[in-house]
Amino acid sequence: MTDEAVRDRADAGQDEHAGGEPFEVFRQEKDGGPMVHGGSVVAPDAILALHYAREMFSRRGESVRLWVVRRLDVHELDDLDVLAPPLDRSYRKPGGYVMRDKLAAARERAGTSKPKASSGGRDTTGRKGSKP
Amino acid sequence: MTDPLALDPVLPRAERARLAFNAAASHSDRYEAFEAHVVSGGKIESTDWMPDEYRTAVLRFVEMHANSELMGVLPEREWIMRAPTLRRKLALTAKVQDEVGHAQLLYRVAEDLGKPREAMFDDLLAGKTKFHNVFHYPTKTWADIGVIAWLVDAAAIVAQQALRESSYAPYARTMQKICWEESVHIMHGRDVVVTLANGTPAQRDMLQEALDRWWAPLMQMHGPRSDRSKDRDLHWRIKAKTSEELRQEFLSIYVPRVWELGLTLPDPDLRLDKAAGEWRYTEPDWEELRTVVTNHGPRSEARLEFRRIARAETAWVRDAIVHGRGLAA
Repeated sequence: MTDEAVRDRADAGQDEHAGGEPFEVFRQEKDGGPMVHGGSVVAPDAILALHYAREMFSRRGESVRLWVVRRLDVHELDDLDVLAPPLDRSYRKPGGYVMRDKLAAARERAGTSKPKASSGGRDTTGRKGSKP
Repeated sequence: MTDPLALDPVLPRAERARLAFNAAASHSDRYEAFEAHVVSGGKIESTDWMPDEYRTAVLRFVEMHANSELMGVLPEREWIMRAPTLRRKLALTAKVQDEVGHAQLLYRVAEDLGKPREAMFDDLLAGKTKFHNVFHYPTKTWADIGVIAWLVDAAAIVAQQALRESSYAPYARTMQKICWEESVHIMHGRDVVVTLANGTPAQRDMLQEALDRWWAPLMQMHGPRSDRSKDRDLHWRIKAKTSEELRQEFLSIYVPRVWELGLTLPDPDLRLDKAAGEWRYTEPDWEELRTVVTNHGPRSEARLEFRRIARAETAWVRDAIVHGRGLAA
């Protein structure tokens, strides 16, 4: 097959395969974990796509759950101007609130000192959690 | 695709940050933006716009890799029925299954770039596309299986680890999975080699003879030194390292591990130049490499013929799976 033929096919957005259609494969590594994209397989239907996915993505028992989704059923948004516009979003994050100096001033005004308790006077709400 | 306009973009289309993916821009602007994106470490997904030069280069690279995984199982499968123990047979069978699985994953990556799988098989079997030099040689003894699984896979994994940084993200992700599986193959191969090294004088001789035979193909495997500035695959960050960088990395890890077993390598000039921090070696026979990868190696034609026969014999299975024919009756 010539480079030109491949290019024309790609330009035409052709995604047809002798073996069926592409299915995206998602796998869960352990119970309760997130479904993570693993790759894709080509199959004529979802049942066979699952068989292929099992062969490709759990030969060593490395998945406890597999999903297959027809590629055509995946809708994508990848526009960074919509997803991550260049605006200040710090008010949405714990790190956007710096109050060391203000807190010191408030303590001085109240005539108290920094508590020695394990909390260290620091509100850790929202700090320990990881990103969803 | 969701209509991005429905989500009220902040900037007008013309000022989008990722100009390369802005269909409204001119080709040359997009090309320049794409190049800048990739050269600065940006990643490309299969659904992103890409210039033909990039698409063709990635496809060629991945297709050759897929071909090598597929053809690479043929030397090893010759020893499945002759494996010395049941555990070795299971491990070797699993390795062969893994490598075919890698071929499947890589053909998927290549397919998404526009070339159908059947066309890739056609081209491979017609000798129009290539596979790695090391898979054109015969396997003469069980020691070959150890040397292939250990050192051929090690030489390959050095290259593959670098490919986890590829600018083409679907390929980079696939390489993460493949490297994880290859690391088991290397342990399996090294275990076979160390077992033979602890064996009878005849077993040690067999191991040494296999090493002597495989050393030249191993030294040729990464290819001749190339000019970094002229290498398109490096420029586009499809791959990250030159052939010489890969060879040096391979030598620095594995030569000491061969020598510690009391084995020798058939190159009197092979040594680490400590001052330069580089391995010195006799220049590999690049003419042999060219001869072998153009399917004039000792087993090239036999292996391709085996693949042709297997493809023809299993055609009815694929047909039954896709069209549901042949199962009902």
